[in-house]
Amino acid sequence: MKRRRPFFVRSMMIAGFLFLYIPILSLIIFSFNESRLVTVWAGFSTKWYGELFRNEQVLGAAWLSFKIAAMNATGATILGTLAGLALARFGRFRGRPLLTGMATAPLVMPEVITGLSLLLLFVAMEQAFGWPEGRGITTITIAHITFSMAYVTVVIQSRLATLDGSLEEAAMDLGARPAKVFFLITLPIILPAILAGWLLAFTLSWDDLVITSFVTGPGASTLPVVIFSKVRLGVSPDINALATILVLIVAIGIAIAGLYMRRQQKLRELDIQRAVAADD
Amino acid sequence: MKPFVLAELMAWIRAHGAWRFAIRGLRRRGYSGRTLVTAVPFLWLLLFFLVPFLIVFKISVSGMQMAMPPYEPLVTWASAQVMELKINLANYAFLWEDALYRNAYLNSIVTAGISTILCLLIGYPMAYGIARSKPSSRNLLLLLVMLPFWTSFLLRVYAWIGILKNNGVINNFLMWLGVIDEPIVMLQTDFAVYLGIVYSYLPFMVLPLYIAIEKLDLSLLEAAADLGCRPVKAFFRITVPLTMGGIIAGCMLVFIPAVGEFVIPALLGGPDTLMIGRVLWEEFFNNRDWPVASAVAIAMLLLLVIPIMVLQRFQGRQLGAQR
Repeated sequence: MKRRRPFFVRSMMIAGFLFLYIPILSLIIFSFNESRLVTVWAGFSTKWYGELFRNEQVLGAAWLSFKIAAMNATGATILGTLAGLALARFGRFRGRPLLTGMATAPLVMPEVITGLSLLLLFVAMEQAFGWPEGRGITTITIAHITFSMAYVTVVIQSRLATLDGSLEEAAMDLGARPAKVFFLITLPIILPAILAGWLLAFTLSWDDLVITSFVTGPGASTLPVVIFSKVRLGVSPDINALATILVLIVAIGIAIAGLYMRRQQKLRELDIQRAVAADD
Repeated sequence: MKPFVLAELMAWIRAHGAWRFAIRGLRRRGYSGRTLVTAVPFLWLLLFFLVPFLIVFKISVSGMQMAMPPYEPLVTWASAQVMELKINLANYAFLWEDALYRNAYLNSIVTAGISTILCLLIGYPMAYGIARSKPSSRNLLLLLVMLPFWTSFLLRVYAWIGILKNNGVINNFLMWLGVIDEPIVMLQTDFAVYLGIVYSYLPFMVLPLYIAIEKLDLSLLEAAADLGCRPVKAFFRITVPLTMGGIIAGCMLVFIPAVGEFVIPALLGGPDTLMIGRVLWEEFFNNRDWPVASAVAIAMLLLLVIPIMVLQRFQGRQLGAQR
């Protein structure tokens, strides 16, 4: 029996989606507004985009954010994959409860606490060992890896949990060493999850304001830090333009990922059909 | 250890093949690649997640001093043999006595609680609707829930300023319709803060709810209907209890970060919107009082320990159930 969605559920769902998307739409619409007053329509114009691309501060901050986000995503993906692998595949081991706690707590830890605690750690380390010298890109990257690896861990762990281990066991039975099993069997299967984890970690770092504000040093202003200082002074149309560009990039990225996943699904179905046909 | 010492050490290790030697030694003692796989993230988190909390705690019980770093050392050497340990609980006493902090804590919990309930009321029907839609459109709808999460949090909060302010979208629209003559003050109110939190954290509510509802066995509802149970009653007697895991996980995922939220009250709240994340921020950046900021953080952490543990239990169960 197919249950029809009741009218109430249907309308609530539509209202929910409108709620999610109307603010983003309004950001986009008013980025093309002629007037400096962001919310009063005064005709179509793309001048704020021009202004944005002439703003050295914003461009520099965007490039810095990009570098940090890429380094962070790579580090967080490696550490998160290792942690996810350990939690999903190694059964019970000493320190497992602690690792579980430490790997998932950063997901919900208020950012002000994480930021403050990391800053105090960096200051204490500098006093004790002379490293890290001052604060900047290095400390921001370390801080971002620490909180974003938790997300990667969850993504990898849940992917491995839904994957049954029979392929890995078969390879092991045939004499492959654990490292070989991982690189030849597990890694190719969980590659999409690893990619998703990388992108997630990239986005989290690209987006982070609070933790960055704590652990940053002079001269290392990332994009969110610059945006926040501008937004505090009030709304301004070039921020709308920036937001529109960012939304567009994400939408294109997700569309590509969606199409790619669909194609993979189709190819897989085709393979199965072929295999069945060959059997007959 | 100075950096150049570290470099020399690394060079020595490489030159003497100590690396291989160490691995062989570890293997002989029963450690394997597994140990290494576990140890790397373990040590990272130990150093950058757990140890920092100990340092925050240490600084929260030290006094403030005008220097860099602006706190007194806990342990000093009075003479060569006598170690002096100074623990200062004044910061905690200060938090307890000052009404500002008590109100901020209370207000954070109330704000986060109200927002969480609103989020649940909006998120449950959405998750239910997605879980009961055609399998082909389910992924697209889920993607649409997740898409805002991939765009900048800061910019999504910023969008609400343009919508809510006195000459913003809503007020302009209502005045154009002639419903109101004076703009309704919405920005810099508690309402704006609730709205901001619900908006920003809605995906965190919908996803665990969706996972729970999707797993629900529909035949149970059919059985209830066959036995004459009305849909509304069946919903509260069957669907809600069976998706309780998702409800609790979703609520905790919203509540815990919302308690410490800084950006939303700073941008959408008024100057008197006290939330503990904002108080900590101001204590740290404006007053430069690191010990008090640390005490605020530790007190916030104590407040959140129970919700965090509840969440971890339910998350573990959900991951365990998938296997």
